[in-house]
Amino acid sequence: MTRRHGLIALSALAGAALAIVLAVFTSAGARAQQLVADLSSHLIAITTGFTGTEVVLFGSTDGPADVAVVVTGPRTTATVRRKSRIAGIWVNRDKVVFEQVPSYYIVATNRPLEQFVRAPVLERHQIGLAHLRMEPKEPPTAGTLADYRAALVRSKQRAGLYGVTLGQVSFLGARLFRTNIYFPANVPTGLYNVEVFLIRDGDVLSAQTTPLVVSKVGFSAEVFEFARSQPFSYGLAAALGALLAGWLAGTVFRRV
Amino acid sequence: MQVYLPIAEMSVDALVILALGAVVGFLSGLFGVGGGFLMTPLLIFLGVPPAVAVGTQANQLIAASVSGVLAHWRRNNVDVKMGVVMLIGGLVGTTLGVWIFGRLQRLGQIDLTISLTYVFLLGTIGSLMLVESVRALIRRRSPQLSRGKLHHHIWLHGLPLKMRFQKSKLYISALLPAGIGAIGGVLVAIMGIGGGFLLVPAMIYLLNMPVGLVAGTSLFQIIFVTAVTTLLQASSNQTVDVMLAFLLLVGGVVGAQFGTRAGSRIRGEVARTLLGLLVVSVALRLAWDLVAPPDDLFSVITGIPG
Repeated sequence: MTRRHGLIALSALAGAALAIVLAVFTSAGARAQQLVADLSSHLIAITTGFTGTEVVLFGSTDGPADVAVVVTGPRTTATVRRKSRIAGIWVNRDKVVFEQVPSYYIVATNRPLEQFVRAPVLERHQIGLAHLRMEPKEPPTAGTLADYRAALVRSKQRAGLYGVTLGQVSFLGARLFRTNIYFPANVPTGLYNVEVFLIRDGDVLSAQTTPLVVSKVGFSAEVFEFARSQPFSYGLAAALGALLAGWLAGTVFRRV
Repeated sequence: MQVYLPIAEMSVDALVILALGAVVGFLSGLFGVGGGFLMTPLLIFLGVPPAVAVGTQANQLIAASVSGVLAHWRRNNVDVKMGVVMLIGGLVGTTLGVWIFGRLQRLGQIDLTISLTYVFLLGTIGSLMLVESVRALIRRRSPQLSRGKLHHHIWLHGLPLKMRFQKSKLYISALLPAGIGAIGGVLVAIMGIGGGFLLVPAMIYLLNMPVGLVAGTSLFQIIFVTAVTTLLQASSNQTVDVMLAFLLLVGGVVGAQFGTRAGSRIRGEVARTLLGLLVVSVALRLAWDLVAPPDDLFSVITGIPG
């Protein structure tokens, strides 16, 4: 029984895959390799001396077209709180919890988006801060949702994690393109998605997603790992280390 | 020289942190206080998350208190029995404090609580210190008045569980030092300070301990309270950054040596007046931030579900 079920599931899956492939090919005009893109590095290593880094994305199209690059960091929950004045003091009062908020989000294009793509298309692919989907858990108790969303974006921009302006994709000739993606020192760790969209006549013709891993390596990774996996031992080590350091300092400076 | 802090998850200039540690260490050596009350606000100002600033500060204070207590130990200025009784209270206090800390953090009110306790405590104690030291400065110039009796008894000394503290030559209720220790413990956890500036006057004025024993005994007690706080903050809130603590510690130890030397050259009243001014100005600065309209009405915290 289970075997037959498995077979049915498998063939259904294969059918779906075939349908997708067909759909892609017919809508894209059955041309292979419309878009090829890759990153100069697929791993950003946060070492002890990490001060931010730049990754180069490069690629080629099959002819004159527009390119949009969207880099999205791992999604987390974000709590936005609004202060109001109570007895002369500014106190956090109302809050909105957003789920699935990208911890990093930048967009780069070869020319301003509105000039060549319609809003529904941008909406569908979540290209641009205005079209990024961030849903609240519950509506705000005071103020409008747009205010909270704007505050969230503002805060991320201040931290350098969301693009303030559109990045620039530059074409070298008609088909080769490249863009530099900057990751600041406070870049969150995790799995990033780099999406490249090929746009012609206001529609996305082809898209390619490349993964990018941001990870702590070396000493800082070990410290972080230790603190997360064995918090008690970590605390014990921290306390003992400080005891020792204090004793050492006390005895060394006694003689000076 | 940039260094990445693994727990705070940010990159800082190591020289800035070292200098910060040295300046605060210098002041703490000069005035004989832990300096936590300056360090925590400064770290927060540099962009270190408040929770990490407080947790790390507890770790750094262990080292500062150990090196401080060694000097007092050699001069036999530590009342171990008194310290242990205070410590028992301190452990209860810090456990409570770490729990309150986590709870307020989830409610989104931790920053406000840290600021309010700072303003209240620093404001009160700083003003008292200022008034007392200015009076002492004036008194030096006028003829010496009679000091009054050595011990003055208040209702607090009538509490049960009386205990004899041979070294301090005191026969008082054990609840009193334990209670003072407990308040100190809460402060370590919530404010990231050793609480010396609160413990020392309390021990002098409430316990009537000999002044020479006070600093050593409070430091002795603070070592253990900060050690337990470090353990609790690390295991329940994961807010101890050893890299940051190490940098602060190195700067602090060096600064404290110069501070202590400078401290021996200025008069006690002058030092206390300066410390009072410093404490009051930190309180005023924090109070201003509470009442002034904020740059952004909104604040964002990622990762912690509300």
